[in-house]
Amino acid sequence: MRPRTAEKLARSVLWVSAMHTVTVLVLILGYIFMNGLGKISWEFLTSEPKSMGAEGGIFSSIVSTIIFTLTTLIVSVPVGAAAAIYLTEYARRDIGALLIRFGIDTLAGIPSIVFGLFGFALFVIILKPLTGGWSLVSGALTGACMILPTLIRTTEEAIKAVPDSYREGSYALGATKWQTVMRIVIPNALPGIVTGIILSIGRIVGETAALLLTLGGSMFVPTKLTEPASTMSMHLYKVAMEVGAMDMAFGTASVLIITVLLINLAANKVLRQMKNKTTA
Amino acid sequence: MYKKILFASALIALVIIVLTAGFIFKEGVPVFTKYGVGNIVLGNNWNPTRQGYGIWPMVVGSVYVTLGALLLGAPMGVSTAIFLAEIAPKKPGSSVIRPAIELLAGIPSVVYGLFGMTTIVPLVRKMALGIPAYAKEPLLSTGYGIIAGSVILAIMILPTIINVSEDAIRSVPKEYKEGSLALGATHWQTIYRVIVPAARSGIMAGIVLGIGRAIGETMAIIMVAGNAPVVPHSLFSTVRTLTGNIAIEMAYSSGEHTQALFATGIVLFVFIMVINSVALFAKREVKP
Repeated sequence: MRPRTAEKLARSVLWVSAMHTVTVLVLILGYIFMNGLGKISWEFLTSEPKSMGAEGGIFSSIVSTIIFTLTTLIVSVPVGAAAAIYLTEYARRDIGALLIRFGIDTLAGIPSIVFGLFGFALFVIILKPLTGGWSLVSGALTGACMILPTLIRTTEEAIKAVPDSYREGSYALGATKWQTVMRIVIPNALPGIVTGIILSIGRIVGETAALLLTLGGSMFVPTKLTEPASTMSMHLYKVAMEVGAMDMAFGTASVLIITVLLINLAANKVLRQMKNKTTA
Repeated sequence: MYKKILFASALIALVIIVLTAGFIFKEGVPVFTKYGVGNIVLGNNWNPTRQGYGIWPMVVGSVYVTLGALLLGAPMGVSTAIFLAEIAPKKPGSSVIRPAIELLAGIPSVVYGLFGMTTIVPLVRKMALGIPAYAKEPLLSTGYGIIAGSVILAIMILPTIINVSEDAIRSVPKEYKEGSLALGATHWQTIYRVIVPAARSGIMAGIVLGIGRAIGETMAIIMVAGNAPVVPHSLFSTVRTLTGNIAIEMAYSSGEHTQALFATGIVLFVFIMVINSVALFAKREVKP
């Protein structure tokens, strides 16, 4: 084949595969929305599921998703932030730091069902007197383990992006290391940290496999953290696979996708603001 | 004082890894010692009510759908990465394709599962019913199985493969490209003779990470795979994966059955650790 023909052919193949990726996304979103958007109404969002989810709404799963997400964040954000501060500002380049990094990398690659097994064995069975067995606490603690790597990495990136001249300026004024970290580094890294948190929310809102083994899957509105619950994604799985109410599944899927879309938009917006600020 | 608290927080990731491995092994190992590792891992008979704990069908199932996903997803992912790094003009590149990939990565796996079971599964069923030899076999003509699983997983691993490969391609030094172009090579010749070989280990890392994602995926795959615990013997066969085995049976298992599910978890864990180590190793090779 002549080089010029090959060039043209290759270009078209690459264009087609890239466009294919976009087409797949449009197809999935389009299909789910086509079947599900019509289902969404005020009533669908605010009434409780009836007959195992085949009728009624998804109110309890919306409430559970919000409580579950907040609890997970309350547990994981402080730990993730502290870990990131240690790794960027304090850790030396020694075997300890290397081991910690290895731990974070490995944790990021573990499948959610394996986290589910861990959460089941530790939080649901062994810590039952504290967590109430299958419950929001057990699910949230499991979820916290899962998003920790994302939180640590994004926070690290944000902290690293703070120029060294800021730290030097702070030291020159006589501030201690801790004062510099708390008053100069963290405030300046905040937009990046917030983006990381928003992205983690996206991940746990869609999480299902680990929660099947830890959250319990009740269809009622939980009144205590030690009660079982089911999130929107668990609810979707159940009505699609166990009840066979596909219209309810599509409705739930549409709400779930809209949530994820909003979360992505929010993350991008914060990121953009941060970029404007640093270039200005 | 502060430093100690920070250090303890940083250690938590490592502690969780150790605890996870510890608990899974503690719960799963007794079944291995009682029935023998070979009988569990290579055993064909999964029938927990009669002490049949062979998980070979699930090992094969996981490997098949992962291979299928790789065959369909890797070429697509790598060419999209090349496109984004080398060819894409600003306009569809960063304003359309990249957000699309981001969103693809953000869609919950149950949504992929729902999409698969309502579109791909009926399509495969129609195909199977069109083939006389398969139409009569109830297990081969449901539409659920290897094909539907592979297609859905192929879509789900695209973002991983694209992002990691694109990074690798972008980090190839500009001089390589300029040198090749200066010698009179066309852009495409430069891409596949200079840039892609130079980014090889990074692209490999992306593909291996994709394999890790595919093997670990649970929800989407159980919604389209059919989940019969039998070694598949045709592309149209239903399959059950290691992840599916755990997710489906955990809710109603007890005693030794639960331990056997943890044993399934051990096998999965070992798979993932090997795959991730390969990926980390390949990634490290990238830096010159």
